[in-house]
Amino acid sequence: MHVPDGFFNVAVSLSAGVVAAAGVAVCLRGARRELDDRTAPMAGLVAAFIFAVQMLNFPVAAGTSGHLLGGTLAAILVGPYTAVLCVAVVLLVQGFFFADGGLTALGINITLMGIVAILVGWFVFRLITRTLSSRTAVVAASFVAALISVPAAALAFSLLFWIGGTAPIDVGTVAMAMGGVHVLIGIGEGLITAVTVSTVLAIRPDLVYGARGLAVPLVLRGAGGDVTVTRESPVPVSSRRPGWFLPAGLAVVALLAGIVSFYASSSPDGLERVAQDKGFIGQATDHSLAEQPLADYGDAGGIPVGVAGLIGAGVTLAAGGGLFFAVRRRTRKEEVSV
Amino acid sequence: MTPSLEVSRLAYAYPDGTQALFGVDFAIGRGERVALLGPNGAGKTTLVMHLNGILTAGHGTVTVAGLPVAKNSLKEIRRRVGLVFQDPDDQLFMPTVREDVAFGPANLGITGEELERRVKDALDRVGMLETIDRPPHHLSFGQRRRVAVATVLAMEPEILVLDEPSSNLDPASRRELAEVLRGLDVTVLMVTHDLPYALELCDRALILSGGVIAADGPTREILSDADLLAAHRLELPYGFAPP
Amino acid sequence: MGAGHHHQLYRAGDTLIHRLPPQCKLAAVAGFALVVVATPREWFWAFGLYVLLLAAVALAARVPAGFVLRRMVVEIPFVVFAVAIPFIGLGERVSFMGLSLSVAGLWAAWNILAKATLGVIASVLLAATTEPRLMLLGAQRLKLPPLLVQIAMFMLRYMDVILEEMRRMRVARESRGFVARDVRHIPVIARSAGALFIRSYERGERVHLAMLSRGYTGSLPIIQDLSASSRQWLIAGMLPGAALVTLLGTWGLLA
Repeated sequence: MHVPDGFFNVAVSLSAGVVAAAGVAVCLRGARRELDDRTAPMAGLVAAFIFAVQMLNFPVAAGTSGHLLGGTLAAILVGPYTAVLCVAVVLLVQGFFFADGGLTALGINITLMGIVAILVGWFVFRLITRTLSSRTAVVAASFVAALISVPAAALAFSLLFWIGGTAPIDVGTVAMAMGGVHVLIGIGEGLITAVTVSTVLAIRPDLVYGARGLAVPLVLRGAGGDVTVTRESPVPVSSRRPGWFLPAGLAVVALLAGIVSFYASSSPDGLERVAQDKGFIGQATDHSLAEQPLADYGDAGGIPVGVAGLIGAGVTLAAGGGLFFAVRRRTRKEEVSV
Repeated sequence: MTPSLEVSRLAYAYPDGTQALFGVDFAIGRGERVALLGPNGAGKTTLVMHLNGILTAGHGTVTVAGLPVAKNSLKEIRRRVGLVFQDPDDQLFMPTVREDVAFGPANLGITGEELERRVKDALDRVGMLETIDRPPHHLSFGQRRRVAVATVLAMEPEILVLDEPSSNLDPASRRELAEVLRGLDVTVLMVTHDLPYALELCDRALILSGGVIAADGPTREILSDADLLAAHRLELPYGFAPP
Repeated sequence: MGAGHHHQLYRAGDTLIHRLPPQCKLAAVAGFALVVVATPREWFWAFGLYVLLLAAVALAARVPAGFVLRRMVVEIPFVVFAVAIPFIGLGERVSFMGLSLSVAGLWAAWNILAKATLGVIASVLLAATTEPRLMLLGAQRLKLPPLLVQIAMFMLRYMDVILEEMRRMRVARESRGFVARDVRHIPVIARSAGALFIRSYERGERVHLAMLSRGYTGSLPIIQDLSASSRQWLIAGMLPGAALVTLLGTWGLLA
């Protein structure tokens, strides 16, 4: 599902890049809290693990096979913050070193496969395990969470496609096709995730982040017989969940991309056609041209869409950069205050 | 003279309650090469983890050249105790041999030409200078173990602690590593169950068994005492007798 | 994603392109990709010029065409997708060899194929001429957070180790007669994945100990200085610069 260059217009690509950067910034802070100075080696090894399991092709139905995305699995095993970092790094490495996934689409890929898939997966997982806590419930929750996370990412893809895709396909068709195929892939993802989690639970239950509530109480053996004590929580579980991030992030993508596409679309189709029909391009550059139908790009005074796209990109970057630094600054402040 | 390493009354239990060390006592003089022998599960690795403060003693002390291992002395302790892990892939984590060997001294704040000198010197001492720009995972297993030794030599340690240095080595690599170790003028503590290797390299041996030091003496005498070895699940290879 | 997919693209060499500081190359390729994505799809000859620009870079870096073409396989899933667009696309339709195709869909397919291909070629050239660890240092100079760079560094270092462990587990499975054929075999594969995770995690813990043993306090020492001269930035800027000139020039000609 690695999106290449050219699939989305510049505005959506860059907006998603901003969301990805802000999400990664939040997760950098969260992961440090989960792992402190172990973050780099542990997350690096888990990223290598995800990279490896993504190569496990599993049979879906006769003749077709899918491969694991691994985001939900990583979230359940090492926690959602670290998982986002791991998936982001896997995508960075695939983009930089293997030319897999376009560089301008990196933000989209990280947003979809990292942030959306993991947030949805982790949310579903927590929803189930909060009401039912047993080993079976953890495994079952892993299955459901992983299953849902894949079509959720596919639907987010459709949403972005609707905002700034470069192909004239009915968004309903895209959503149906993407969703349908990815429900099938999601079943495989869910099965592998559940069995993997149950294997780790059987051998090293202490390594499963999502099952930390299951630790058995300790027994103190003394003269007066055995005394059972509750275990002190080894890692304080964050009270503030990143649950707000998905809706906020998608809203920001939609807003940024929508506004920027509207005024300075680099999209050579869909929106642009609408823009041409309605004369928006003229409006965006010169109000006096608003009534003039723009026959082609060479129309005097009309800035070509490509150039307008670059201008739009600049605007997006400025807006997004502001958001990113706002998150970063807040992060720093909190680090000091902790 | 202050011994390089002094361990006294060291006891330790894991967080889950399993006790691994029950009062370990020994001292190693400067320049000595000592073998630490013991069966699996005797607490060898746990003991090694105490020597540079990765684990904190539940009771007792570890002193390196007069400096006790404590929270506030960790940085200096980790410079003085060079730990070579069993799997060189765990130890060589940087992208190139040069960066890996430089990692330790750079953490000590050494930079520039002094850093370069230390890196080259350490690699030269293990005979691996020509691999300086190669990625560690392109080296053979024996070469990786020698580079692992260089990574701690570059920190100019007081004592070199090797965990199973001869494991997984082919005979030629095993001999080459022995030559390298014999040529070093540092104190060495070698944890192993390769008894002939211990005899070849170390004049003195300790047996750690059941979480205490069960024997301490010349390696040759210890390896000649069949009853002692049998009592601690140590066995010489078939056909091998200490000369 | 096939099995041989993890082979790295880097080809050692000593050309002008190889010697450029990685941060310059990264910025240049990203800028180039951005210009390409921003180009209206009707400007065919602008795309032609982009191909020539990349060909010039490949020539300067002595990267053979065959090498680049072989690496294009990563694109295949999207070629399939792009080919499907004209059939499912909306709007006015044309008939070609008895097939009813959407005009807008054809345009979209061309747009995706052209831009994705240019993007992949540019990325392949970047990866082929830049050592992975230098690329990471370059990314750090471009303000990628150091922690992210460290994670990526560890991932690259241990990727082969873990893939090798995975391969050994597969050999162990297959030597006992197991071949994954259908859905019922997923649990077996997943149990291997569980075991692989435990091994990876425990290795991570050991690596962390090894780092602590050598004085790690949370940040990696930067041993290599990667400063770029303005001349090097100028050279690297030629690729996105020429692309931008093409974009603007095409607009000027059409105007």
